Amino acid sequence: MAKAHASHNLDVDRYLSQFREMHRIRAFEMTALQAVDEKLVLGAVHPSVGQEAICVGVCDNLRRDDLLLSTHRGHGHTMAKGASAAAMMRELLGRTGGTNHGKGGSMHIADFDVGMLGANGVVAANISIAAGAAHAIALKGDDRIVACFFGDGAINRGPFLEGLNWAKVYGLPVLFVCEDNRYSATTKTSAMTSGAGAAERARSLGLNAREIDGNDIVRVDEAAREMITEIRADRQPQLLVTSTYRLLGHSGFDRGQYRPDAEVDAQWEHEPIRRCAALLKAAGVRDAVLTSIEQEAKAEMLAALEEAKAAPWPAPEIAYDDVQDVGAEKMEHAPWLS
Amino acid sequence: MAELSYLEASKQAIAEEMRRDPMVWALGEDLGRGGVSGQYKGLIDEFGPNRIADTPISEAAIMGAAIGAAMMGTRPVVEMRFSDFALCAIDELVNQAAKARYMFGGQARVPVVVREPVGMRGSAAAQHSQSLEAWYAHIPGLIVILPSTPADNKGLLKAAIRCDDPVVYMEHKGLWALEGEVPDDDDYLVPIGKARKVRQGNDLTIVTWSATVHTAAEAATQLSAQRDIEVDLIDLRTLWPWDVRAVLESVERTGRLLVIHEAVKTGGFGAEIIATIAERGPRLKAPLRRLGAPRVPIPYSPPLEKLMKITPRQIVETAKVQMQA
Ligand SMILES: Cc1ncc(C[n+]2csc(CCOP(=O)(O)OP(=O)(O)O)c2C)c(N)n1
Ligand SMILES: [Mg+2]
Repeated sequence: MAKAHASHNLDVDRYLSQFREMHRIRAFEMTALQAVDEKLVLGAVHPSVGQEAICVGVCDNLRRDDLLLSTHRGHGHTMAKGASAAAMMRELLGRTGGTNHGKGGSMHIADFDVGMLGANGVVAANISIAAGAAHAIALKGDDRIVACFFGDGAINRGPFLEGLNWAKVYGLPVLFVCEDNRYSATTKTSAMTSGAGAAERARSLGLNAREIDGNDIVRVDEAAREMITEIRADRQPQLLVTSTYRLLGHSGFDRGQYRPDAEVDAQWEHEPIRRCAALLKAAGVRDAVLTSIEQEAKAEMLAALEEAKAAPWPAPEIAYDDVQDVGAEKMEHAPWLS
Repeated sequence: MAELSYLEASKQAIAEEMRRDPMVWALGEDLGRGGVSGQYKGLIDEFGPNRIADTPISEAAIMGAAIGAAMMGTRPVVEMRFSDFALCAIDELVNQAAKARYMFGGQARVPVVVREPVGMRGSAAAQHSQSLEAWYAHIPGLIVILPSTPADNKGLLKAAIRCDDPVVYMEHKGLWALEGEVPDDDDYLVPIGKARKVRQGNDLTIVTWSATVHTAAEAATQLSAQRDIEVDLIDLRTLWPWDVRAVLESVERTGRLLVIHEAVKTGGFGAEIIATIAERGPRLKAPLRRLGAPRVPIPYSPPLEKLMKITPRQIVETAKVQMQA
């Protein structure tokens, strides 16, 4: 699996930049988990540690005005699409200046300015919504595309069938990306999934599907670039299935004890940042450069956490904003308590 | 009697019912490793993977398959993780389970228990915090149960499993660790449709259920100690059928009624209780009142989430207003 890449004509600048982005995501999530331990973040945080190559390899090939739909495990996608890590950290801490003004938290981060239409707390719900976003693009007649990420567990819910079928029937520009990290919470997904998996299911609906090693940044980058170029031109949906591994627990509250240590330890050998570092070194990049990128990422996220801790709590009134235009309730639900 | 947590009590109920009746089984995501909150931990060791069944993330199929299996005479306990995800299977529950018996002219019975925990717990935000019990009370054919104590979580869950009609069984996520005395008896059943008197008083009737029972009990203690206001506190336990007699008897004595729930006040089950009591026309000393959440999706940030919760202070203040009326 960890087969080394031929390092001839590796685009060093490109992969150094993707290496940096993977480190930023890793550092963001490790800092967020520390904030969970310190009870600065009360809600669930689902880390994508070990899956960063998929986030970066795909999103680096999207335009800023392309659209993105994510899952409960969405920090990496969101950062790679260009959202501010500082604003995301403020969101995790529930503070003013958070991407969602503190109303959503980790599982619902959205940043429409960078085309990020939302993480989602309901598995697979984003798949049909992504088809609808692409439907709107088709109605408007512009050349944007939609990227929609979901996990291996999501392919057993109805929206996977319904959303992919929809996208194909209407000819909609969606890159569906399945991040197969082998687990659905505590369950080995393979034990609960029949057939040959997501790619075969998509092909049976007439979608082009590719299966790649999702921990290999170069593979992901190249596959995503090719597929996105095709989708932008022919406006047909495709599915990219990426094999990877969830290196940490399902969420910050989960220690992942249902997995043998040996299984997890072996997977750390294949994790994408280490593999990208090996490629860059083989291409002549000095260790010191790689180390300083890692350190800068950590420093950036620690600063983001400090800044988020100092940010004020949201004003109580905003709890009642953005419910609906007509008929939104103010604080009068118990009018006798002035 | 043994000191058990709300979670342990529910596990004991399931284990006892599974030993008693080989047709009882449970299905849902992650059950083999104990379920999302550990409610099933260890049960697979005793009952094996056919009766503590792992499922794909397929809520609609989990519910649908359980209904088919229930019509065939098995007694599935359906685990939906949170009431929010049960919405992915609402057709199966509302159009199928709730109606099969009636629509098929009494030929079908659907003895499923749908476990779908409700409530706010620590920044779970809009899609993991809802209390949707009133929706189900509105659907003919469904039984709706919300236990507030460890003993009730044993006795009501056992009664739900033995019930021949579909039951929506809503535990509160914030109560899993709550400890209390629980009868050891294998046949300890709490009757469906009977309220529990938490505290006896003659000044103000408070009706509530689920975790809010504990908030109201705290307020009632304060009212008694600081204001000499004695609350008649009723834990409804079952929303459908609900114990109209117990509530009416109390209101006839106190002349004052306050209904409290964690769910959104608008269209909440409090409205049904208030309307029913108003129709019965007991002699009242104060307007009938409700406390519930504002009609707002539940926000993530702790200070905003807090605004959605009923506090002892709000209850005390409302009680004082009721007493002045
Ligand atoms: C409809 C629905 N059912 C159950 C859950 C609870 N849940 C949250 S994440 C998860 C596992 C998802 O697995 P997968 O799709 O593989 O994504 P991963 O967590 O591995 O990234 C489950 C069961 C949910 N959020 N939504
Ligand atoms: Mg997975």
